[in-house]
Amino acid sequence: MRVGVVTFPGTLDDHDAARAVRFAGGEAISLWHGDSDLQGVAGVILPGGFSYGDYLRCGAIARFSPIMSAIIPAAENGLPVLGICNGFQVLCESHLLPGALTRNSELHFLCRDQEIEIVNNESDWTSDFSNGQRIIIPLKNGEGSFQCDDRTLNELEGNNRVIARYVGINPNGSRNSIAGITNARGNVVGVMPHPEHAIDSLTGPTADGLAFFTSLMKTRV
Amino acid sequence: MAKVIVDVVLKDEILDSQGDAISRALPRMGFTFSPTSVRQGKSFIITLDHEPSRDELGEIEKAAATLLSNPVIESFSIRVEH
Repeated sequence: MRVGVVTFPGTLDDHDAARAVRFAGGEAISLWHGDSDLQGVAGVILPGGFSYGDYLRCGAIARFSPIMSAIIPAAENGLPVLGICNGFQVLCESHLLPGALTRNSELHFLCRDQEIEIVNNESDWTSDFSNGQRIIIPLKNGEGSFQCDDRTLNELEGNNRVIARYVGINPNGSRNSIAGITNARGNVVGVMPHPEHAIDSLTGPTADGLAFFTSLMKTRV
Repeated sequence: MAKVIVDVVLKDEILDSQGDAISRALPRMGFTFSPTSVRQGKSFIITLDHEPSRDELGEIEKAAATLLSNPVIESFSIRVEH
């Protein structure tokens, strides 16, 4: 399966995301921010980093890039898209996901291995987990606090659209300890911690993150 | 010449951790005016070599609502300085 990995100026984690796709048995296709051709990929990953230097707001400029103008309508038509960290911020700025990511409540940049609980294994990117499964993957961000109004929060909670929550202390002040959400259809997922850094115990704290990528393979076969 | 100033602030219901940190720093520095809260925002100063027309102000408002602010968490106001 061909899976696109987008590189914006300032993206950091595209190589790890591509490696994760290969570990999961897929073929990683590099997608450049200035192109608008999705090259027939069956899924897209928006990796972490600091797209366009995080100028204005995280993800705000990336939203208007040529590649996003191709990804947004494709995602609305069901193309699986996973946004990790900065990619999650891009998805919120694109209004493919509701809410926004703001400064961590304690204002510190956090970088640590974080336990999260998968609370919805029905999305395209979480189907290879079991519900309630606890995993440890790296968390590294300065603006990871998920915020939205009460109505949006109720909609997310009421329709099972939270896919993961932080376990233990809420690290960044996210509402309801939300670490990741999905759209109503389950094809677009945003997650703040980094599964692509935890696909192999040689290079990550665990291999727990790999299931995000194998989920896509399983869903779309 | 005119300056169109777009002020963007987080909505009241959104946690502003930077504003809170400033609020806590003020009394530590000896200021005694005891604010009930401090909200931090940003300003965009758009300079034109002419007075903006109604249409141009409409365009700037559209830019403020789409690019300069994120309506999910922020609100904005526009003023013109001559």
